[in-house]
Amino acid sequence: MAAYVSGRILSLVLTTLAASVVVFLLMQLLPGDPAAVMLGVNAQPETLAALRRQMGLDEPLLTRYLSWIGGFAVGDFGTSYTYSVPIAELLGPRVMVSLPLALMAMAISVGVALPVGVYAAANRGRAGDTASMGIAQVAVAVPNFWLGLLLILLFALELRWFPASGFAGWENGLWPGIRSLILPALALGLPLAAILARVTRSAVIEALGEDFVRTARAKGLSRRATLWLHATPNALIPVITIIGLQFSFLMAGTIIIENVFNLPGVGRLVFQSIAQRDLITVQSLVTLLAASVIVVNFLVDLAYGWLDPRLSTGGAR
Amino acid sequence: MHRIIAPCLAGVLALGTAAGQAQTSLTVGEALEPPGLDPTVAAASAIRRVTYSNLFEGLVRIVENGDIVPGLAESWTVSDDALTYTFKLRNGVKFHDGAAFDCSVVKFSYERAVAPESTNAQKGLFAPIASTECPDPLTAVVTLNRPSSTFLFGMAWGDAVMVHPDSAATNKTNPVGTGPFRFTRWVQGDRVEMEKNPDYWGTPAGVDKVTIKFIQDPSAAAAAVLAGDIDVFAEFQAPELLNRFRDDQNLHVEVGTTAGKVVMSLNNARAPFSDPRFRQALTHAIDRNVVIEAISSGHGVPVGSHYTPVDPGYIDLTGTYPYDPEKARALLAEAGIAPGTSFTMTLPPPAYSRRGGEVIAAMLAEVGLNVNLVPIEFPQWLEQVFTNADYEATIIGHTEARDLDIYARDKYYFNYDSPEYKALYKAYTEATDEAERLDLIGQLQTKLAQDAPNVFLYALPKIGVWNAKLEGLWKNLPLPANDLTQVRWTN
Amino acid sequence: MIAATFRSVRSSRNLMIGLAITGLMVAMALVSFVWTPHSPTGLNILSKMQAPSARHLFGTDAFGRDVFSMVMTGAWNSLSVSIVAVAVGMGAGVPLGALAAARGGVIDGLIMRMNDLAFAFPALLTAVIITAIFGPGAINAMIAIGIFNVPVFARITRGASLGLWSRDFVRAARCAGRSDVAITLSHILPNINHVLVVQATIQFALAIVAEAGLSYVGLGTQPPQPSWGKMLNDAQTYIYDAPWLAIFPGLAITLAVLGLNLLGDGLRDVLDPRVRRQR
Repeated sequence: MAAYVSGRILSLVLTTLAASVVVFLLMQLLPGDPAAVMLGVNAQPETLAALRRQMGLDEPLLTRYLSWIGGFAVGDFGTSYTYSVPIAELLGPRVMVSLPLALMAMAISVGVALPVGVYAAANRGRAGDTASMGIAQVAVAVPNFWLGLLLILLFALELRWFPASGFAGWENGLWPGIRSLILPALALGLPLAAILARVTRSAVIEALGEDFVRTARAKGLSRRATLWLHATPNALIPVITIIGLQFSFLMAGTIIIENVFNLPGVGRLVFQSIAQRDLITVQSLVTLLAASVIVVNFLVDLAYGWLDPRLSTGGAR
Repeated sequence: MHRIIAPCLAGVLALGTAAGQAQTSLTVGEALEPPGLDPTVAAASAIRRVTYSNLFEGLVRIVENGDIVPGLAESWTVSDDALTYTFKLRNGVKFHDGAAFDCSVVKFSYERAVAPESTNAQKGLFAPIASTECPDPLTAVVTLNRPSSTFLFGMAWGDAVMVHPDSAATNKTNPVGTGPFRFTRWVQGDRVEMEKNPDYWGTPAGVDKVTIKFIQDPSAAAAAVLAGDIDVFAEFQAPELLNRFRDDQNLHVEVGTTAGKVVMSLNNARAPFSDPRFRQALTHAIDRNVVIEAISSGHGVPVGSHYTPVDPGYIDLTGTYPYDPEKARALLAEAGIAPGTSFTMTLPPPAYSRRGGEVIAAMLAEVGLNVNLVPIEFPQWLEQVFTNADYEATIIGHTEARDLDIYARDKYYFNYDSPEYKALYKAYTEATDEAERLDLIGQLQTKLAQDAPNVFLYALPKIGVWNAKLEGLWKNLPLPANDLTQVRWTN
Repeated sequence: MIAATFRSVRSSRNLMIGLAITGLMVAMALVSFVWTPHSPTGLNILSKMQAPSARHLFGTDAFGRDVFSMVMTGAWNSLSVSIVAVAVGMGAGVPLGALAAARGGVIDGLIMRMNDLAFAFPALLTAVIITAIFGPGAINAMIAIGIFNVPVFARITRGASLGLWSRDFVRAARCAGRSDVAITLSHILPNINHVLVVQATIQFALAIVAEAGLSYVGLGTQPPQPSWGKMLNDAQTYIYDAPWLAIFPGLAITLAVLGLNLLGDGLRDVLDPRVRRQR
């Protein structure tokens, strides 16, 4: 097991390194000179040259990559061209928007999907199943940014329950912050919930057909107890897989939603940095995001082993 | 349990105090966040919109009507040959960190701006300066290498503000100026905070605390204004939402003009744009009023030259080549342009450009021209269009005030090359008599209108919306700024 | 055999509804070439921002363009971008996956590691970077979305064909001296095409959402060509005054995606005997 895990960690580091090379090279392909963007339309050539020198843009490619990745490895992500502050400092407050948003969306997704999926499985073929799965089928198809617009239309403009957009800021208290994240979290979470509910349903149905569940039922356990104590826990593996995938998606899938709701999150920071050619910020953030996706996938794999001992012995082979 | 309640209470308390303090603090909305807070090292007008007059001051400054008034220089004299400017500096002025302001700071600031390692985006403003001398701490003598009637105006720009040698290097993140406000905090991606400077040399600021919040999305900005979260949005970006504000008794809407010009720039070096008849035909084919209606719901003043009503000596030249599709078709035929001829229009991201492109393409289709719209990002626009002049037509806002000089430059992206214009411009910069200067400004505008190197569309409006209880905000915008020094609550 | 298939087609409600919706979308896209109620690009400032009426079924936008006509033309844009994106993904992904399965070993490892790498990048983010590099526009959106389909198809092709290589009929073909390419073409692909068809339908639906998302943030299809995502973006500014601008393009996206999802589910039921048995 230990050998398996350390092998996985090595491949994790290598993949992240490869990702950093890809991102760095992509940045070099971006047309437009970061220095020219900062100096605007009246800049003179020597002014531009001076700024490029200060930004280190005149150094060779390899030198720039090595100095960036060397800092990256020890947690120094560089200094933003646009803001002239360390990227880690820039990232902190953004993560404090994006991460709670992703967690809330996740909570909504799981909170809605598990009960609905199990309910539908237990009532397979009946009206409740057909109705809930019909709704899920439609909900899967709704693009989250459009759902965001509809939620704004209904809950912010008509009912005025929530702010239409913007982020209140945690320094104004917990509730104003959460309140401004509720609509975006719903927009992100509900379509995911629909996917998850469908997966949960079929996983539970499959588990209900397994021998040990029938045995439990035969031993006189109630339908309800069988469903929740035996079938559902055994249906968790595919469900966890999807949750892991969804979390990877949420890490960066918030870009568009952050645009819809004008939230100062990580996705918007990346987006703005691309537009302003703040290349160092883009490459650091994208590499961090890729690394976090890689880590989450790794954790999901570990969770398999924990949930299903058969798999971990298989993995340790 | 306590853990959850405590932050909630804090939230309620914060709300309560915010309401109670409404008379002394101000929350200002801005569309764009500045990249750094030092106006002397980068071009973004967002930097000026936060810092100009509020945090940083120059020897002279521009006020709402476009006049040049004393700033850190209480007066100045100009020698008869117009080559020597002698500034008498204010006594007892201190930077926010306590450092004293005197002539050495002036010399430092001006010399820093033109130093080889300087990244001042408007180095050209300082080009006429031969030397800055300090006969005594409160006198600065600036000698020019040639007469320049635009020199003083240039020294009023945000790029020419006074910065102290000790703080100049860190102004980007911690601006230290002499203004009536001093910087307190910048939460990147969200807001800049500043407070009243108790040691200000002049009229103290009318509010104690200013928070400038950055909200790029117009609908989010509108929501914040309507909810009262934002007291002032001095340059609101979405004119189509104005009616919503007008219906609200608590809000005041003020539509003025800026010195920015929206121009359909043409590459005069390329056929068919090199043919004046073709360029005239384009001007005849475009109905500026419809363009303004479509882009900004009718807000904005049509202009016929590269000059706006807020600039001194403006003349209305929109009648030079008025909207007349018939005439346009005739001119095109005369120039030998076959119907169905197409050209490419490169569009940077601002709404006036992207939307303007759609409208203008439809109008030009009426006279038989096909326009391919190619949207690009701003960095690419700078590289491809501005720097390399590799384009046919584009739509862009020239926000620099009174920038008639760009048509006199040897190499500028629209490749307009007119010896007559250059001669006129030289005469203008060297003119020392005010009446003569105004006359030359008129001639410059007329020359541009007639030559039609570009299609001049309209002056960018300044659409301001603010709490009706506020006063002291600018209606017009003669240069990029958001001067909050006179703002106060009335009660 | 044919009768049985036909019966199962009829029995698959999903497939029928999916076919109907997708057919409607395709028909709308095709009709938009020859007829739309009004011009989808013609400006008419005088009749701007009109609510839905008999004359303008879905209302008009800020330039006075007919939203219904724009939705119709947008269907073509959405479908064409997505078809090309999926084709790009299949065109590169299927051969890569087949190669990995056929050869195994180092080549397999290399292809699969590249796959892992591609999966590590959040799809939309990379699409944003790609369109920033090559410029916004429908063609580049096709490429950006297509790139993300490559690892998907590579993985699914490899997974589905891996087991086939150890089957007797493939071993026999190998012993007979047939090349890997020939075996792949004659034995492997025909046996996995049902998996690919189902996956293509799913990817098609995802591509429609991705294209709309890119256009929504201004990096996809560019004006004057109408696109659903761009329409939603424009609508956001006017959402107070003209909510219909936000509703109809979104409905169109949802309907198109729903149709394809149902089609995918239905096809899986019909084509994959394992799934059919389970139901």
